[in-house]
Amino acid sequence: MADTLTATARDCRVAWSETLEALAREDDRIVAVVNDSIGSSKLNAFATAFPERTVNVGIAEQLMVGVGAGLANGGKVPFVSAAGCFLTGRALEQIKADVAYSGYNVKLVGQSSGIAYGELGATHHSIEDLGWLRQLGQITVIVPADSWETEQAVRWAAAHDGPVYLRISRMKVPDLDIPDRRFRPGVAEVVREGDDAAILACGTTVHLARDASVLLAEEGIRARVLNMSSVNPLDTEATLSAARTGHIVTVEEGHVRGGLGGAVAEFTASAHPCRVTRMGFDGFRTTGSAEHLFEEAGLSAQGIAGSVRASLSA
Amino acid sequence: MTDRSNTLATIRDNALWMRRRAFSMVHAAQLGHPGGDFSATDIVATLFFGVLRYDPARPEKADRDRFVMSKGHATGVLYTALCRAGYYSEDWLETYMQPGSKLNGHPNRQYVPGVEANTGPLGHGLPIATGIAIAGQIDGSDHRTFVLTGDGEIQEGSNWEAAMTAGHRKLGNLTVIVDRNRLQQGQGTEETSSLDPLPQKWTAFGWEVIEVDGHDHAQLLEVLGAEPGDRPRAVIANTVKGKGVSFMENQASWHHGVPSDEQFAQAMEELV
Repeated sequence: MADTLTATARDCRVAWSETLEALAREDDRIVAVVNDSIGSSKLNAFATAFPERTVNVGIAEQLMVGVGAGLANGGKVPFVSAAGCFLTGRALEQIKADVAYSGYNVKLVGQSSGIAYGELGATHHSIEDLGWLRQLGQITVIVPADSWETEQAVRWAAAHDGPVYLRISRMKVPDLDIPDRRFRPGVAEVVREGDDAAILACGTTVHLARDASVLLAEEGIRARVLNMSSVNPLDTEATLSAARTGHIVTVEEGHVRGGLGGAVAEFTASAHPCRVTRMGFDGFRTTGSAEHLFEEAGLSAQGIAGSVRASLSA
Repeated sequence: MTDRSNTLATIRDNALWMRRRAFSMVHAAQLGHPGGDFSATDIVATLFFGVLRYDPARPEKADRDRFVMSKGHATGVLYTALCRAGYYSEDWLETYMQPGSKLNGHPNRQYVPGVEANTGPLGHGLPIATGIAIAGQIDGSDHRTFVLTGDGEIQEGSNWEAAMTAGHRKLGNLTVIVDRNRLQQGQGTEETSSLDPLPQKWTAFGWEVIEVDGHDHAQLLEVLGAEPGDRPRAVIANTVKGKGVSFMENQASWHHGVPSDEQFAQAMEELV
């Protein structure tokens, strides 16, 4: 649909950095840890306001995560913020041992995640992160869908005592129009009702799933749309209910293996087998803008609607 | 006796107890890393019984000094030190590496009081210790952080990421001790990927460097107990892998070798 990226679309990174700055004014335990990523994390204002609480370790991701664990040991609430591809790929063992297994209160913030760095190539795409971190189990993995949810997720992470991964995209997204919203990890938001099929989406793809459901409604197909705010924990209640429609389509700005689609397929395989179509990126992509790569992978209202139709007619 | 000679006597007694107890744990479990336990014993005993400020009844106390065991495989020496320091009773040691034990082959802070980080993969301790030291710097706290690494371990690049930042930030509250026994798992460090000239490497990263005999309690107490300076401190402790048992000394095979009943009996005769 043409209206998916209208003037109302906003950069979630702004919500992230403004919220962190506001929280840091109230809580002096909050520290930002970066790998020469102040600008790309939109933390210039934070660094100016709190220079002593901005720890820039240089281009050293293993150290960055280890320092996060050490700061937590010392009573701080560190937000470790870097491009998602380097944060989760380069420092995966530190995330496993120093944060998840050690149980330290570290907030990992993957910036420009997914396919946002489109033209820069597969080294800079972060499509494996959801699968890698979801499997560690001890980390709450949150994929905000818009600016409102980003702010809520940052606030929740700061108040929560335990490891968190926040996945922030660079792609602008419109705010979802859902009444009486309340952010809770492990609880999906119902974006649209419907019982013929269910589209389970997260992050930047939720608004596309919503638009797909609108298209399908014009054909008389009622497709439920859920915003899966967290991939770990998975909202198993909502997923079970979705499985009872018989047709689930998962959509994410991530790898089709291991992330949201993987979690839903694993769960439904034993809880309530149904047809699960996983949409996302299947391995390394060629160069192209993020918008181009989305289109190529069928991550559009038309593409998602097509997957729902295909499932229903299979 | 003076306070200092009392302290040295306590360190000596505890080091002997730790070696005997750690080796009996390894003998019982038929698992462990006794060569590295013994090279590190005098360092760890000096820290716990002569240098560190801690309260075993309050292991999370904010202003405690921290000891980060980066060579996480040396749990024989770590667990015996924490036991002797009063964090838990001796019967815990009987469970070493048994099914369901809190005393895993590598330490877990969520089960074992006094453990600061779940180490095991190498090159993790110094980055974590750097973070603790930065927290202390931000707070203006006087707590100190000591981290013990193996020498082969510093082939891991993450150590040098930390060395660079700790030097840059002039973390005087941070001390690394390198257990320089010159042997890694398979062979000598200098045959594998040489570390020498080691002092110059730390100096180049902005650290104060001191070399000591890592089995000389008086030297260790003087250097580790010294007031913090204006830079992080690297103590290169020259040690002997398997120190204290004649047939184990300087043998790479005792990295994770385990004793037969006869070898255990002989070791107990020598460790007196």
